[in-house]
Amino acid sequence: MRKCSVRELGRIDYGEALELQRQIADHRKQGAVGDHLLLLEHPHVITLGRNGHMENLLASEEIMTRAGISFYPTDRGGDVTYHGPGQLVGYPILDLRDWKRDVGAYVRAVEQSLIDSLAEFGIAAGRIPKLTGVWVGDRKIAAIGVHLSRWVTSHGFALNVSTDLSYFQYIVPCGLTKPVTSMAQQGVRATLTEVAHVLAGHFGRVFDCEMLFEAPVLTATEREN
Amino acid sequence: MTDVVMPQMGESIVEGTLTKWLKKPGEKVERDEPLFEISTDKVDTEIPSPAAGTLAEVLVQEGATVGINTVVARISEEGEAAAAKPAATEPAQKAPDASAPVVATPVATPAPPAAEVPAPPAEEPSGEVTGPLSPLVRKMARENNIDLSRVKGTGAGGRITKQDVEGYLAQGAPAAAAPVAAAPAAAAPAAAKTVGAPPPVTFGPGAKTKIEPLSTMRSKIAEHMLLSKRTSAHVTTIHRVDMTKVAKLRERSKGQFQTNHGFSLTYLPFITAASAVALRHFPLLNASLDGNNIVYHNEIHIGIAVALENGLIVPVIRGADEKNVLGLQRAIVDLAARARSRQLKADEVLGGTFSITNFGSFGSLVGTPIINQPQVAILGVGTVDKTPVVIDDAIAIRSICHLSLSFDHRLIDGALADQFMTKVKQVLEGWAEEVL
Repeated sequence: MRKCSVRELGRIDYGEALELQRQIADHRKQGAVGDHLLLLEHPHVITLGRNGHMENLLASEEIMTRAGISFYPTDRGGDVTYHGPGQLVGYPILDLRDWKRDVGAYVRAVEQSLIDSLAEFGIAAGRIPKLTGVWVGDRKIAAIGVHLSRWVTSHGFALNVSTDLSYFQYIVPCGLTKPVTSMAQQGVRATLTEVAHVLAGHFGRVFDCEMLFEAPVLTATEREN
Repeated sequence: MTDVVMPQMGESIVEGTLTKWLKKPGEKVERDEPLFEISTDKVDTEIPSPAAGTLAEVLVQEGATVGINTVVARISEEGEAAAAKPAATEPAQKAPDASAPVVATPVATPAPPAAEVPAPPAEEPSGEVTGPLSPLVRKMARENNIDLSRVKGTGAGGRITKQDVEGYLAQGAPAAAAPVAAAPAAAAPAAAKTVGAPPPVTFGPGAKTKIEPLSTMRSKIAEHMLLSKRTSAHVTTIHRVDMTKVAKLRERSKGQFQTNHGFSLTYLPFITAASAVALRHFPLLNASLDGNNIVYHNEIHIGIAVALENGLIVPVIRGADEKNVLGLQRAIVDLAARARSRQLKADEVLGGTFSITNFGSFGSLVGTPIINQPQVAILGVGTVDKTPVVIDDAIAIRSICHLSLSFDHRLIDGALADQFMTKVKQVLEGWAEEVL
């Protein structure tokens, strides 16, 4: 059975996580390391996908700075999104050649692991055709945006656990004017760690790999220091 | 010369959008070096070059969506000058699978001939293509059900160009039977998954049509309009406003106003000012709906719809309630001019909390505008016309304007919308402030 290392990074700056992803993805492409799933949380940040539209960013930079939100254009798919405390962010770094060479199947599988995890907390979540992500009714609870290079994935998903949803007012999430929700809004009180562990389990089952939890590793900055 | 194709990214994926070329034509590229990026359903992928050489020709531009296996570029290998192999030689090389019957005769039994073709090159999309065809030509052929073997190519090496297809269509081309293009492709053994395109819009035989891809702005507008219709429960209320006072003031001041400021005085800043006053009174109209929460916006940022040549844009007057008529007119003139010359900054179209659209300037009496999401109301301004009206049982001539408010009934009820409109009307009908 394939193995996938799970790294829990705690709260980590978006730029640092990006650099760490890049390093692991580079190593993965060279075959130097195996598959990884990074699980973490970001401070307030708004990111824009490669095909994102600035119009979907509703606040000026000045307003965002005042609200303590940083801004990053990135190379993932998808439009604009918000990350912040209370949101479980997962960055799977997988070589899809070892699984299925199929980006559609990959995105559906990530959605499935989220849907199964939410079901375990008693939340009935599902898909909306053509609108990638995981939805509770017509509210988005998890967003997905992926970058692929030589079949190695990076970026991934963001699941609102106890996110302060008012921060989404600064954007049109993923360019869609649909409401967002969180596990907390659905009446589920759970910590990020609890959700992360449930999710890792379902992720392993969906992707048919054994999840190996690593001891917390140093973030990129800490390593450099 | 190596063809670079839109790769197959998965079973369910039939097309991809080419988002970025990482190399320019004429630039050298190594084998496996990232050459371009594509986007498919929230996944952005870097595609490595299949060969080392020089990027000789780019056939698909950034932003275009093409089916998998479409040739997007050609790479000339080391020592092979970019132009050394004219396109004309290609059909000859690929003679076996270029044999006419597969393509030309709609009634030909599709599968067996295809199967007998000795191992076609893997990247050859299907039997439907005989020579180099641009994605646009393929698309036009697909959408119009054209049998391309009947189209005479006038491009380099007999290549079929867009003009050739248009010319053919203009002659009243007999459309091939619909399933033809797809059937042989589906039956062909190798890499023939070019099916799955949405069913083409069909026209009567010989219908004269012109196919033009939607501009980015157009498709964004289309998307936003539909999203708004799906999101909000639109209701429109229409009020008749007597603009006589404002009209007289404007008549009195417009010459001097133009001289002083260099731009003319219109009705729009008065209506914007009145809206700002009413928005302060009824903050629910200056709000957004976020799930189960109402988000009240403290500031009043009014978007003004500006018609462009092939679309529209809604730049925003920030803090509209803090400006007088002069300030509002100046902002409107400035934003509209820069919108038309495409010099708006990104944040100038963001953050609006309410919108106004002035279709009266195009002669419309009344309209039912679509809400600009995530706002909850939009004011439509009709023409200002001298109209006979009854005042105290006497007929008078007044300058009448119809204002229509489309509001989101999820959040705003009719009574509130009409109170808001009554306030706007009151301010305009009782206008006393001088503008000079």
